[in-house]
Amino acid sequence: MSTPRAGAPVLELRGVSRVHGAGPGAVTALAGVALDVPPGQLVAVMGPSGSGKSTLLHLAGGLDSPTSGEVLVEGTPLSGLSRKALARLRRRSVGYVFQDFNLVPALTAVENVALPLELDGVRVREAQRSAQSALEELEVGELADRYPDDVSGGQRQRIAIARALVGPRRLVLADEPTGALDSETGEQVLRLLRRRVDAGASAVLVTHEARHAAWADRVVFLADGRLVDESARVDDPSVLLS
Amino acid sequence: MTVRQSLLAMLDEGPKYGAQLRAEFEQRTGATWPLNVGQVYTTLARLERDGLVVSDGEDDAGHGTYRITEQGSRAVAVWFAQPVERDAPQRDELAIKLALAVMVPGLDVRALVRRQRAATLRALQDYTRLKDRAMDDPDELPWLLVLDSLVYAAEAEVRWLDHVETRVARAAEQRTRRARAAEAPQASPVAERVR
Repeated sequence: MSTPRAGAPVLELRGVSRVHGAGPGAVTALAGVALDVPPGQLVAVMGPSGSGKSTLLHLAGGLDSPTSGEVLVEGTPLSGLSRKALARLRRRSVGYVFQDFNLVPALTAVENVALPLELDGVRVREAQRSAQSALEELEVGELADRYPDDVSGGQRQRIAIARALVGPRRLVLADEPTGALDSETGEQVLRLLRRRVDAGASAVLVTHEARHAAWADRVVFLADGRLVDESARVDDPSVLLS
Repeated sequence: MTVRQSLLAMLDEGPKYGAQLRAEFEQRTGATWPLNVGQVYTTLARLERDGLVVSDGEDDAGHGTYRITEQGSRAVAVWFAQPVERDAPQRDELAIKLALAVMVPGLDVRALVRRQRAATLRALQDYTRLKDRAMDDPDELPWLLVLDSLVYAAEAEVRWLDHVETRVARAAEQRTRRARAAEAPQASPVAERVR
């Protein structure tokens, strides 16, 4: 993959729409969404349930394809990639944190975290070393040999985040990552995400809680599949009165 | 009232002078509610008049210090033991503004709500940045609690604004429906004929 331009968006959505089904029963999940996420930026996406938040995240990570428009990760249009190349990009460049953790129950914590690296051809020992340091960064290094079902919800989420952050991933996609956690543990998780972004990654955080969105540099809203950036200031007060 | 209780609570930790009380109050609350020295001395004079503190001479640097009395210590214990009364809500400019705005013809209340939500979110982001900085320092715990309080209040405001947006939209729909229903009798001759 070519080296991206400095400061160029790590994630770019250009006029992205996603329509489920066809004909009169078609449901528009996203309509003409444009979004740039440069390095070092954490963008929070808020909106009521059913507004298209998760669809946006799936498209950004190449887990779903847009009906129209284009998604670019590190400057590469996802539509032009073969299935194999897309899978490789997903493993190398994109980390996911989902509500439901998605850890493999038959693998230990360190094996779970090392998995994406190993799938990418990194040797087992090296992958496990990176995985161990990712676990330590999240203060769960001592759980390396435990299985997901053996640890608490908060610990499981930290392991899932370590897996999303392991290696040189530059784009982190998080879907309500604090869902199952108590308020203080949730805050720690967001803080870790924040640190990673401050160190140069880019991240999109989907949340319905303003308190969590406040960790972001930019907050955008989805309503009925359309993006509204309310952080843009309006200078002319007369526009309120018709 | 809060100034009085706060000064008294800090004096319960040991004798202090006016400027010191002010500095400690601001350090713990991050200067969220600034105190002026005049206010501190007026309050100290009242506390002295009520027998809750006494003048305790001057310290080595010549500051006039105050010491809490037994009666004062009891008042502090009572303050900590009792919940803060919630029966008289503080005046809330935003609630008042929206209550008035919603009846102004031609005013785009949804735009007002959205703009306010963006502003509240910006404040929430600022508080969060301050929290992030204060989180690793155990001495910052009092300030962190004040910040948490501001964060939760701002979050509640955002949720309330979401709710206002929905409620205003629904009320507008109802008005339209009612207006249509009111026009309906004029169309009813047709319906009568059909019947």
